[in-house]
Amino acid sequence: MSAAEQALATGDAVPLSLKGPAPKRVVAGYGFWLFLLSDIVIFAALFAAYAVLSGETAGGPTAADLFDKRHVLIETACLLASSVTCGFGSLAVQSGDRTSTYFWMMITFILGVTFLSLEVSEFGHMLMIGAGPSRSAFLSAFFTLVGTHGLHVTLGLCWLIVMLLQVTTLGFQPMVGRRFFCFGLFWHALDIVWIGVFTIVYLGAHL
Amino acid sequence: MSTEIEAQGVAPGVNLQTHGKRRSYLVGLGYAVVLTLASFWASSTDVIYPPGVPILLGVLAIAQMGIHLVFFLHISSAPDQTNNILALAFGVFVVGLLVFGSMIIMAHLNHNMMPMDKLIQMQR
Amino acid sequence: MFGRLTWAAVPFDQPVVMIASGTVGFFIFCVLALVTVKGWWPYLWREWITSVDHKRIGVMYIFLALLMLVRGFSDAMLMRSQQALAAGHALGYLPPEHYDQIFSAHGTIMIFFVAMPFVVGLMNFVLPLQLGVRDVAFPVLNSVSFWLTAAGVLLVNVSLVVGEFARTGWLAYPPLSEVAYSPGVGVDYYLWSLQISGMGTLLSGINLLTTILKLRAPGMGYRQMPIFCWTALASNLLIVASFPILTATFAMLLLDRYCGFHFFTNDLGGNPMMYVNLIWSWGHPEVYILILPAFGVFSEVVATFSGKPLFGRRSMVMATMVICMLSFLVWLHHFFTMGAGADVNAFFGIMTMIIAVPTGVKIFNWLFTLYGGRIRFTVPVYWALGFMVTFVIGGMTGVLMAIPPADFVLHNSLFLIAHFHNVAIGGVVFGVMAGISYWFPKAFGFTLNERLGKAVFWCWFFGFYLAFMPLYALGLMGATRRMQHYSNLHWQPLMLVALSGALLILLGIALTGVQLAVSIRQRERNRDVTGDPWNGRTLEWSTPSPPPAWNFSHLPHVDRADAFWGMKQQRATAGTHVGKPSYESIQVPRNNPTGFFLAFFAVLLGFSLIWRIWWGAGLGLLGAIVVCLMQAWRTDGEIEVPAEKVAAFEQLHGLNERTI
Repeated sequence: MSAAEQALATGDAVPLSLKGPAPKRVVAGYGFWLFLLSDIVIFAALFAAYAVLSGETAGGPTAADLFDKRHVLIETACLLASSVTCGFGSLAVQSGDRTSTYFWMMITFILGVTFLSLEVSEFGHMLMIGAGPSRSAFLSAFFTLVGTHGLHVTLGLCWLIVMLLQVTTLGFQPMVGRRFFCFGLFWHALDIVWIGVFTIVYLGAHL
Repeated sequence: MSTEIEAQGVAPGVNLQTHGKRRSYLVGLGYAVVLTLASFWASSTDVIYPPGVPILLGVLAIAQMGIHLVFFLHISSAPDQTNNILALAFGVFVVGLLVFGSMIIMAHLNHNMMPMDKLIQMQR
Repeated sequence: MFGRLTWAAVPFDQPVVMIASGTVGFFIFCVLALVTVKGWWPYLWREWITSVDHKRIGVMYIFLALLMLVRGFSDAMLMRSQQALAAGHALGYLPPEHYDQIFSAHGTIMIFFVAMPFVVGLMNFVLPLQLGVRDVAFPVLNSVSFWLTAAGVLLVNVSLVVGEFARTGWLAYPPLSEVAYSPGVGVDYYLWSLQISGMGTLLSGINLLTTILKLRAPGMGYRQMPIFCWTALASNLLIVASFPILTATFAMLLLDRYCGFHFFTNDLGGNPMMYVNLIWSWGHPEVYILILPAFGVFSEVVATFSGKPLFGRRSMVMATMVICMLSFLVWLHHFFTMGAGADVNAFFGIMTMIIAVPTGVKIFNWLFTLYGGRIRFTVPVYWALGFMVTFVIGGMTGVLMAIPPADFVLHNSLFLIAHFHNVAIGGVVFGVMAGISYWFPKAFGFTLNERLGKAVFWCWFFGFYLAFMPLYALGLMGATRRMQHYSNLHWQPLMLVALSGALLILLGIALTGVQLAVSIRQRERNRDVTGDPWNGRTLEWSTPSPPPAWNFSHLPHVDRADAFWGMKQQRATAGTHVGKPSYESIQVPRNNPTGFFLAFFAVLLGFSLIWRIWWGAGLGLLGAIVVCLMQAWRTDGEIEVPAEKVAAFEQLHGLNERTI
């Protein structure tokens, strides 16, 4: 008898590592978790570049000149709130409640769009005053780091729309549930990255 | 195996569990709001010893990330979370190494570089 | 309309290039014509191109790698012959602007499109079989990964005919790789093809890592997992952790080139040294990604052919994981001379020397496994023994260069070239060749011709030493790398010896083709009927050769390491099972064209971006999104193999009594 069979026979708890292949939900979730970690490494490289180049303003505008803390506080509030509403939406998905799913996920979407429009307006303003990414290494690093985060948010919002369409057309199949779970992981991870961004880039600027 | 197959198709949360989970998000939100406001305050106040402000900001940021991980992503020390924790730990190791390693190395390299104006002079 | 693309992009005035591309183009045309005439397209499309079976995908990776080995090796022959000729006043036949593209292409192709696909292909084929499961965690993603790699291959090869390749070396350091100094499309070809194939590799890493950690046969805990799976675990961990750094760094260089950013430019605050730092924090883990699975192959081969369990299994696992961690702590040794100063250099020098220790543990474990065993000197064992001698020499020269003062003399000399070819050929190539000859019967149902296999080995072995030992000497004499010509005539005899070595390796590669052809002709004679031609120890040998799409008709229950060996012992003492086993129907993933079409649009996107054809890029992106959306709505991803079909298969292969 194998160790697993023995343990089952005697009623001991079988260690997870011996239980055989995990169910799809666990596999999909873990695979996505690994993908998120790889994404965080991309951000780490961009953070490293920002840390090294943040002083290289080449005689142009510095961080202290450009960043407005109130603006960032509103952005942070939007993203944090959207994380919570996304969480409520995930609960709605788990209990198969279509109306709640649409409600909470649409609020998440609106908060995400608000965040993006605030960020786009900030970028737009900076481009207009000649503080664009080609002005200096510091600005290149800023636009890339914050812009990459914004790009992820954009892709996340597109993904959310696709997911809502999937719920509409396919219902709450296991496949759809798995994908919503992955979306939730993604959305929370983006908020975690944003914590790093606003602390290091925006709050760090005024030190 | 059969219990896992059952668990796949059906929602894992019964109302009781769902209710508990809802609380988790609200508690997390509460902590996160407090810590975020604290960060913003810490960066603009004069009350704190200035060289200590970056460290305080760092601690607050890590705390906020921890709140997200525990209350929103439900990372815990349960046995079925071990793989998740290990992966996270490895990720943190790599990120820390990359960011701090690069900062240290680049600082040393820049320190040893000839000043830019002398370099340009040399090339004229 | 076509961006920067004009007819001037085709190098009609360069005979070497035109003849080479013409020959390759003609060959491709002949193959396509043959396939069409014979009506093989439906078979190829159904069984290979749209396959999501890890075994098929693994074979395709290795096939791709073998093709690119020929391309990369042709670059090597061009370099060796140029350096043999261009001594003193002679200038050789390759002008510098071509020579620079050749050494850049050689390095890029060998690392990214030969070594990586070889290693990923082996892991793909073997892992699910060794883990006792039916496929990897994400079969469709697996197909996507392969086809994205193939897309990268296509772009690199197109650069030969349309446009040019980078002239910057295989890592494209700025400021040379910036627009100011490389205004052409060469660096763009390099960057886009590697971004695309890098995405494929990252997805593959996630896939295989999830498979190892979440999909194993019942009873197979970490202690019972084969050593190859442990080394694959370490390697894929490194892929997931390091490839994103490559993606981010290349993205920064692309932003510099396309959008006028200043990450690595000389002006407005850019810092080229930052690129070197970031690229090597990917680059060092990369070489361990390549070597760890090769170590795993040797562990399997040495244990099997000594007829003994691997010596020091636990220390082997520890050594593997220690190497995995340490590989992140040594990257600065690639740029000791860039000026970080004595303190930083000392730290990384010491760390680099420390990493040799777990490698030494492995070597001793292999030796102690061989000692006292009844060794069968098959082709895989030849490669293993050759590896042990050759890799140790290469490792030692590495430890020598880990000492910063020594590295200040030897950095970027031919000594460095000799060192990394020593470990890459002696370690990775020998490991892959061992793996291919070891697992070939499992994949195709017949063994390879042994005599020709040994001939191939000897050609590579002696060829390597002839080609690279002179380079160590030349490096010590002051010869640098990437030389299109040199003035010191004393170096020429050594260059000629090196050329002879390259010719011997060329013979080895040619003989590999001959071996394949002869083995296919002799396949009935060398049929593997039992599925276990080597008296193996791990689970892949419990399946028929080749295994069915579902791998195992019943998932094996495992209770010890070397699970299959244990089952054979039990069967010997307990006798065969009585009674007819029962079969259940099995879900098998359906074929899926997503990977192929995604790669098609990736090539369109990449090519358009390279040539600044913005509408083409838009089309490529849109097409990719449409393909992804179509996959998102696919609900019939699996087909059911009925129990009768499973039973019939088992009947055919006479393996009824082999069920567990």
